[in-house]
Amino acid sequence: KGLIKIYIILYQRQYICPFMLLHQHALSWARAPAACLNFNCMLILLPVCRNLLSFLRGSIQCCSRTAARQLDRNLTFHKLVAYMIAFHTAVHIIAHLFNFEYFMDAQLNRNHSHLPFILSEIGNDENVSFLNPIRISSRLTQPQGSPTIVMFTTIAGLTGVVITLALILIITSSMEVIRRSYFEVFWYTHHLFVIFFIGLVFHGFGRIVRGQTSRSLDSNDPDVCADRFEDWGKNESGCAVPAFAGNPPMTWKWVVGPMFLYVCERLVRIYRSHQKVVITKVVMHPSKTLELQMKKKGFHMEVGQYVFIQCPSISRLEWHPFTLTSAPEEDYFSVHVRIVGDWTQALYEACGGNKSELQEAWKLPKVAIDGPFGTASEDVFRYEVVMLVGAGIGVTPFASILKSVWYKHIQNNEGVFTKKIYFYWLCPETEAFEWFADLLQSLERQMTEKDMADFLSYNIYLTRWKEKEAAHLRVHHEDENDPITGLKQKTLYGKPNWDNEFTNIASTHPGSKVGVFLCGPPMLGKSLEKQSISHTEAGVKFIFNKENF
Amino acid sequence: MGRIEWAMWANEQALAAGLILLAGGIVGVAGQFRGWEFASYAIAAGVFVCLLEYPRSKRAKGTSVERTGQYCFTVCVKAFGPVTRNYYVRAFLHAALCVPGGFMLATVLGCVCLGIASLIYLAAALRGEHWEPILPRKDTRKPVAESIKSPPQNPPPRPPPEIRRKQAKDVEGAAYDNPMSVTDDE
Repeated sequence: KGLIKIYIILYQRQYICPFMLLHQHALSWARAPAACLNFNCMLILLPVCRNLLSFLRGSIQCCSRTAARQLDRNLTFHKLVAYMIAFHTAVHIIAHLFNFEYFMDAQLNRNHSHLPFILSEIGNDENVSFLNPIRISSRLTQPQGSPTIVMFTTIAGLTGVVITLALILIITSSMEVIRRSYFEVFWYTHHLFVIFFIGLVFHGFGRIVRGQTSRSLDSNDPDVCADRFEDWGKNESGCAVPAFAGNPPMTWKWVVGPMFLYVCERLVRIYRSHQKVVITKVVMHPSKTLELQMKKKGFHMEVGQYVFIQCPSISRLEWHPFTLTSAPEEDYFSVHVRIVGDWTQALYEACGGNKSELQEAWKLPKVAIDGPFGTASEDVFRYEVVMLVGAGIGVTPFASILKSVWYKHIQNNEGVFTKKIYFYWLCPETEAFEWFADLLQSLERQMTEKDMADFLSYNIYLTRWKEKEAAHLRVHHEDENDPITGLKQKTLYGKPNWDNEFTNIASTHPGSKVGVFLCGPPMLGKSLEKQSISHTEAGVKFIFNKENF
Repeated sequence: MGRIEWAMWANEQALAAGLILLAGGIVGVAGQFRGWEFASYAIAAGVFVCLLEYPRSKRAKGTSVERTGQYCFTVCVKAFGPVTRNYYVRAFLHAALCVPGGFMLATVLGCVCLGIASLIYLAAALRGEHWEPILPRKDTRKPVAESIKSPPQNPPPRPPPEIRRKQAKDVEGAAYDNPMSVTDDE
């Protein structure tokens, strides 16, 4: 991400500096951000083409994993480019406000010894080679209307207002508050970007910014003739009257490529959504969790990936992301859905959740799947020692990882590179994740059978506990199995002491690379990142990877 | 569209519009444009709108996120009582404020944005929403029985590990001195 930022700033400097050196007036202040806007608008469509990125990720992965990881930060990049667009738009508009004032001044200040006025007078009659976009007819002495009217009557002005409004509406509906709570508003308003791009392409069609034609430059050289404006056109002066023509529109050249790619992306999504997906099993877990096991022809997943699910009978336009909780080695793929909102509640009812008798298979709703899309979880197997930290609902991708690691061990004991997994699960309560505790129990059983009990060391931290639980615990703490989860390794309380944990792991595994994977809140991410950096020393390297959902 | 509270979006839009109006006004006055009187009005109107819109309302459902430092603004806005609570008033107020901005190019954008915000507020008012201040929540936990204390900072008390092991085999040896003194009267 840092590299990308630097590249952007350098590119933009390259445009602004020459402009500033050559000219000192408001037009260059408008043209420079316009050039940057062309570049940024080209970039903004690319990070959201997730199918394209997935494809790129797959092909890059064989070459360079670091580059592949950069592609995971696509949304951050999209937002960064959006901020740049907003900033450059602001500069562009302010510069043009000054421009319009100067152009009006030039027309109003009817002084024949004033260069701007002479330039404005050019072409008043033929109306072809004029320079000043604010025209007046030779009969009137005042320009018609004010800058506002002029703005609304030119293509550039009108499109400018429309696209700026679209941009402002997009930005206000993308604020975190709106996005997290009222996703539909964010999603539908964001589609105003279509208007934005159409307006952007047509913004330059009026050719309102004019420059001296190259033919005219032969007969009227600005360096020589600028001061001799009173003599233009006269025979001895050597300076003819300059002629101007509009600059051709350039924006379309920048954005047509990404627009085409985005159209392809949407077409791919539509195609994928029509592929048949069969729900093979529906499991109701306690605490309002619904597990869907599905099959789709040609579906291939990696650990920790996620898919977008759409259910046409609930809503034809909503696609919601869910982490895959099954391992690639299984013959089905599954997601665990927590029922928290309208859509998930409707899904629960459509799958027969509120009926007591079993649902017939043909009554299950039709669903469509887009994906799977990749995250950094695939890197888990490349480390010899792995620390997995899941906080709350962030534990879900680790279900897939743990299952997959286990299958790999069963099938091919020697070929598995990963030798030891430390798993940390932080949650306020284990309610809503009983299914995960069940998974851990079954893994524990299987590992004990295979005599590999210390392959996986997991630590569950309950960050909150209730008084009546404490009484129960005091009585049962001597039991072999943990009273809360039923697991052999005991549940711990409070938050883990990361310093200790990292130190222990570093001393147990000297000379190895330890991958640290987190799925959880950013604060925890920062502290883990700090710990990883501080405990990395000669021999043990902690490499921090963050998931982002 | 589910349970959208239009007022939340209207609030973001109005705040943005206030800032844009303010910026346009500053440019107009600084550049000494024609019609700079409208620009100076826009500065005043922009500041007023920003102050009015800065404190976020409490959401009817779900957790409300405050803006940094909004508490003093909340108090000021709350002091006006029903005038600021009602979104119809806000909708018409914004509609009225935005009109003079339309007379000058520099402030036209702020004018249109504020107009849009006014329309969204109208939608919010029609749905019966109103502004609620986010006040710091005093701990109004009901007086609880003595056995339930404030959330514990420490894990549940267990005797130290050596003692735990001893307890299983030797009851006498499991006795130990409590590290904290326990007295009858405090």
